[in-house]
Amino acid sequence: MNAPANIKETKAEQSLNAQFDAIFAQTTQENANQRKQAWDAFKAKGIPHRRVEEWHYTDLRTKMNDAFALASKTAPKADALKGAGGLKTYRIAIVNGRYAPELSSDQDVAGLSIAQTGGFLASQLGTDDAMAHLNQALVQGGISIKIAADAKIDLPIEIVRYTDGSEVSSYAGTSVEIGSGAKALIIESFEGDADAAYQSNALTEVKVGDKADVHWLKLQVESAKAQHIETLSIELGAETNFQHFIYNEGASLSRAQLFLEFKGENTHAGLRGTSLLKDSQHADITLFVKHAVRGCESREYYRSVVDDKARAVFQGKIIVEQAAQKTDGQMMIKTLLLSDTAEINAKPELEIFADDVQCAHGSTTGDIDEDLLFYLMARGIPEAQARKILVLAFLSEAIEEFEEEQCVELLEAMTRSWLHADDMVSE
Amino acid sequence: MAAVQETIDQVKAIDVDQYKYGFVTDIESELAPKGLNEDIVAYISAKKDEPEWMLNWRLEAFRRWKTMEEPTWARVDYPKIDFEDLHYYAAPKKREGPKSLDEVDPEILETYKKLGIPLSEQEILAGVAPENRVAVDAVFDSVSVATTFKEELAKAGVIFCPISEAIREHPELVQKYLGSVVPVSDNFYATLNSAVFSDGSFVYIPPGVRCPMELSTYFRINEPNTGQFERTLIIADKGSYVSYLEGCTAPQRDENQLHAAVVELVALEDAQIKYSTVQNWYPGDSEGKGGIYNFVTKRGDCREKNSKISWTQVETGSAITWKYPSCILRGDNSQGEFYSIAISNGHQQIDSGTKMIHLGKNTASRIISKGISAGVSQNTYRGQVSAHRKASNARNFTQCDSLLIGDKCGAHTVPYIESKNSSAVFEHEATTSKISDDQMFYCQARGLDEEEAVALIVNGFVRDVIQQLPMEFAVEAQKLISISLEGSVG
Repeated sequence: MNAPANIKETKAEQSLNAQFDAIFAQTTQENANQRKQAWDAFKAKGIPHRRVEEWHYTDLRTKMNDAFALASKTAPKADALKGAGGLKTYRIAIVNGRYAPELSSDQDVAGLSIAQTGGFLASQLGTDDAMAHLNQALVQGGISIKIAADAKIDLPIEIVRYTDGSEVSSYAGTSVEIGSGAKALIIESFEGDADAAYQSNALTEVKVGDKADVHWLKLQVESAKAQHIETLSIELGAETNFQHFIYNEGASLSRAQLFLEFKGENTHAGLRGTSLLKDSQHADITLFVKHAVRGCESREYYRSVVDDKARAVFQGKIIVEQAAQKTDGQMMIKTLLLSDTAEINAKPELEIFADDVQCAHGSTTGDIDEDLLFYLMARGIPEAQARKILVLAFLSEAIEEFEEEQCVELLEAMTRSWLHADDMVSE
Repeated sequence: MAAVQETIDQVKAIDVDQYKYGFVTDIESELAPKGLNEDIVAYISAKKDEPEWMLNWRLEAFRRWKTMEEPTWARVDYPKIDFEDLHYYAAPKKREGPKSLDEVDPEILETYKKLGIPLSEQEILAGVAPENRVAVDAVFDSVSVATTFKEELAKAGVIFCPISEAIREHPELVQKYLGSVVPVSDNFYATLNSAVFSDGSFVYIPPGVRCPMELSTYFRINEPNTGQFERTLIIADKGSYVSYLEGCTAPQRDENQLHAAVVELVALEDAQIKYSTVQNWYPGDSEGKGGIYNFVTKRGDCREKNSKISWTQVETGSAITWKYPSCILRGDNSQGEFYSIAISNGHQQIDSGTKMIHLGKNTASRIISKGISAGVSQNTYRGQVSAHRKASNARNFTQCDSLLIGDKCGAHTVPYIESKNSSAVFEHEATTSKISDDQMFYCQARGLDEEEAVALIVNGFVRDVIQQLPMEFAVEAQKLISISLEGSVG
């Protein structure tokens, strides 16, 4: 249902007006048009609310009480950045929306080129989302990452996105181009000052060529008071393998929206993730997977563990256009509610215009299986620990699907730490 | 195999004219002037001899309706309806107050005979064993023309009559329950219905009574440019049981006709209501011209503990269907069920599903939805399952399967799953596929031709739902499915 246009502006929207005017005044001629167009597109929609179908379960209008001031350029200490937890990587640091070369590793790697940009992206790859438009209207900076055709990057590329300061907001625009036949592992982390309240809004465009092999791990470990919005739009070439994993742990409010489109035939995409939520966290994962060509395969598997008064939202839409015959799409969402005040809202959607397809989705919601718990306790394991084992096992099923051994270990360690079960050994 | 052969014969027999209920009854009608305003609302109310409270209720609904906007969220596409270009009341001209069936206009009796609906009690008695009898309320355009077996039902204490009669004869029941499940301002079409509804059925089953026969209403739209707004209210008092059937057809016309009904079910403690629909409104021609717009609000309220409401629907007709029979599981241990077959062919658009709202403890619901799309139709399942904070041990199982026949149609699944209780267990699964070549090969290798093979596979696909229908309906539904899909193969 369309919202009436005459809704009064919220405090956050008023703050955004002032922020746009200020940043627009400093924008160079070259980018002014793009900033203005994005702003107009945002203003036409306003901050999304529950009557906007795609944001039905995440009413940003009421959850975003204010829009914090745009963060200025700062220089945090190198050890504040956690990133991929000590793995050996090529690090790219983005602080407050801007590329920070001093915190990044030396980037002289064959096949990998990194350039600082103003954060403006060429196209928004079919996303018409208010918060993606807002990103481009207020974008502070960004980078462009290019991986040459047939390049096999030997170490993970680590993108650390850090918001420094309290009551500030950061907007970064990133473009990633991965050439045909290239192979890369990207580990991206979203973090900030512990206990700081801030807002981060990231927009990333990824284009992957033919016959590439890309693994992408996102670690969302923002501060517990942060609001996190990430829009990721992905185009995949033919015969490519693309694997994406979201680890969702931080932020009081988070929204990860993925727009994925198959542009070449016979490509496989695996989208997976785990959300670990407690207190009054609200975490939203929203997917739009568009099969536009024939013979592609997509897998969407997400698992959430929701405790206390937290709320998990999952929306997944698989669209199969008429040309996309022989599509195979499978989506599965499983949620464990650990407390009587936890909440899950799931909307797995299929939109199918081709007949020769196999599509399915499933969703389960419930508490820990009493039979399994009994089984473990009957073997002398105390209840608290038995519960942890079952939660870990539940999440591990999704984690293990991500075929990068070092990432699986990292994710399991982070999961155990969240469960306060560091001493527990997996397997 | 006999059943399949019968299906094929049935399809062949209607080869030319697919929609066999498309004839027009030539009868003099009394029409309200076109358009909608407070005078028309008062006109309808006066026609029905309604008490003042009813008129006020309608007027309030009308005033609310004027402030509302048509919903646009459903996946259906149609030109804007001109609500001023409709007759909101159409009734066959009455001769001097028909008191018995003999006095009902023979043209109307002939119509129902052609539709295969027996209105004469003797006829039914002669043919069928007594326990298989069905009491029928026949609604022709805006009025109920006949209700059978009233006396016999009255002996059991069951009230089965047109709702206009109930408003006059049983105001205490109507006032208590009307609008208590679907509130006056529930949604655009329900509010419109509340203002202008003309007839429909009223059922009250007293405590502890198992209704001695199936109750049924047969809706027929005849007049052009009319909207049919029927209102059904079924109340099953403590420990009672009723099975209710609904059928509908309309003549073939080039223009679209509006049907906006409201059905309210109330099940009190230990009561059980089984509501079955075979919807076969005129779906429009092969070019997508004409057909019924079917915008219906159906909702059941399991108001007290251990109650149960079960919806079964076979949707084959209508140009556009917008319909979500729902259950509010308020009472502890109450149960809701929804079994649906939705078949779209030609240019039909269906956006249908259910809502299961778990409020009470230990409530259970089950949803089985089978969608079949063919031709250039669009078929959407839209459903909601939610558990309230206090709905401990709520349980839902949902299965929606879609079958695509041809590469120009669409099948969509839009479930909303909302749980606020950790002990609630919800399971949802959905699949979409076409009839596989393997299945076809298997059948054809055993000597079935292509049409027979498809009919067999489709019948297997919808079997779970067909089994839920009362026997008389199951046979009809099975035939209807084959007819609806006629011409979609090959």
